[in-house]
Amino acid sequence: MTYRLGEFHPFQAEGERFLYLVPAGAIFQVDEAVEKLLRCMEISTPHDKLISGLVDQGMSLEDAEGLVSEMFHANVIISETAAAERPQTPPAVFPLQTLVMNLTNQCNLSCQYCYEFGADKVATPEGKPKFMDLPTAKASVDFLLSQAEGRRNIHITFFGGETLMNFPLLKQVVSYATEKAAEKGCHIDFSLTTNATLLTPAIIEFLSENRIGVTVSMDGPKEMHDQLRVFSNGKGSYDIIAPKVRELIQNHKTRPITARVTLTAGVTDVVRIFKHLKQDLGFHEVGFAPVTTSPNQLYAINGTGMDSVLGQFHLLAKEYLEYALRGEAHGFSNVSDTLAELCQGVNKSHPCGAGLGLMGVGPSGDIAPCHRFVDSDQHALGHISTGIDLAKQSDFLSRGHIDSKYDCHTCWARPLCAGGCHHEAFVRYGDTGHPNLHYCDWIRDWTNTCLEIYGAIAAKNPEFLMQFAERKSA
Amino acid sequence: MKHMRALNKKAARISGYVAAQTADAVPDVVALQDPRPTQTRPHVPTGCALMFSPGWEVDSAGGTAGLCQPVERDIYDCFVSCYWPAQVPDHLNNSPNWASKCAAATKDWRNLDLIFP
Repeated sequence: MTYRLGEFHPFQAEGERFLYLVPAGAIFQVDEAVEKLLRCMEISTPHDKLISGLVDQGMSLEDAEGLVSEMFHANVIISETAAAERPQTPPAVFPLQTLVMNLTNQCNLSCQYCYEFGADKVATPEGKPKFMDLPTAKASVDFLLSQAEGRRNIHITFFGGETLMNFPLLKQVVSYATEKAAEKGCHIDFSLTTNATLLTPAIIEFLSENRIGVTVSMDGPKEMHDQLRVFSNGKGSYDIIAPKVRELIQNHKTRPITARVTLTAGVTDVVRIFKHLKQDLGFHEVGFAPVTTSPNQLYAINGTGMDSVLGQFHLLAKEYLEYALRGEAHGFSNVSDTLAELCQGVNKSHPCGAGLGLMGVGPSGDIAPCHRFVDSDQHALGHISTGIDLAKQSDFLSRGHIDSKYDCHTCWARPLCAGGCHHEAFVRYGDTGHPNLHYCDWIRDWTNTCLEIYGAIAAKNPEFLMQFAERKSA
Repeated sequence: MKHMRALNKKAARISGYVAAQTADAVPDVVALQDPRPTQTRPHVPTGCALMFSPGWEVDSAGGTAGLCQPVERDIYDCFVSCYWPAQVPDHLNNSPNWASKCAAATKDWRNLDLIFP
């Protein structure tokens, strides 16, 4: 047999060598013998030549044969004539797990970068209800339960607009959904995203009592947060929300409280933002994402800005590793989310669950692939009263499938990225199925960083990884 | 695996697969495994379970007359057609002609005699 190299990404951490096997999403620590074998590999290497190359490096004939056999069966080296395996398409029947309910499309803030109201918006809310009503909400819950056949755990995320502008409905949905889920014998949990402006002690108590996870959209210390997260009169929202956030973190005891930071031009001091949100305000987890925008917006981060962001991500990642080796939680969720996926060894056909295990529903009852597409006529996948439009869903999913993203087929980071956010692709390229080529280098660098952290933890404090062994959604 | 240590769930599955593939993990003679399994499990052996012998079946009328093979065929079903040592004479070495007088099982089954080693 004649061999060539399989598809893998080598990396090192803590002086150890690792391979990330791309088609499988598998991570292996390897020994020096594997290094020797890889040194012997050329574009095409006959079996005998490979064996003699290993023997020349001091290996016995028997060991060399054993090594080659092991590497061949693990697909580190493959037959020269082997054809690439196609990733499997998702099963035709894919029960719904998460429903994102946009309780309202109204918001009391006027953040300039908002994907729902800003320059790049996809929503077409004209003539549609601004607030979801109870019958639509109940129908949405029934829809989730009927579509979640076979799932034991299901999830509702409340979203907006500003979610808490329709808090009365939220309370009714929680009680209705809890009752209906219990009847069906499955477990349901809830979460919401809010700008925190409308939090009150009573609301916080309700959220804590009902174990509702809370994510606060917040961009950092006052001078950064107030740049774009403003009321319609232009006044910043930091002073209003800071005391409410402290109260939320102090009194909501049942779930970790997360901050979600949108990075924009001028708001890229990641380390300072993290320290402020984590240490000064006390968030349990802080996650960052660059703003979704077409490239010509003033708040878009340019190439050098993204390099600086990545540099600071590295600093926080290093700190995360130090915490992890001591067995402590750090709170930088961009790392922990990636470690969780690496631990499972995901190999995604689609970048996320949108249109698959997750759907969004708008105030009008329109079904969307996710909350970001809610209220967009172009992207609607049906209506809560008539169910999912299978033809539209299938079109959305086949566009977004990794098979149709040719640019991704030679990228080693595709098992985790799968081309990136459908919504970002639409805003950038006008097609939800277009790979997000503007951040490929960024994704590869960040994936490599997380692999190094994974390897280092696996080598020095493997118990830490046990927390990721259970699938979040299982 | 000697040279690679699995660090995540997918890697653990590959380890299991490689262990099943590499020579020293599979004994030279493996019962009812042909061809050699490509995965550790599940493995369905080919053998009696998958052969449509009349055995203990009945025909559409509830009897044995209409079976695709005569029910008497079952008496020596493990002879020749199966390599698994069963309570029938061994056709390879000792009794190659045991069934030679039994051309049609329904008619000639009485010719299948006992063997005294």
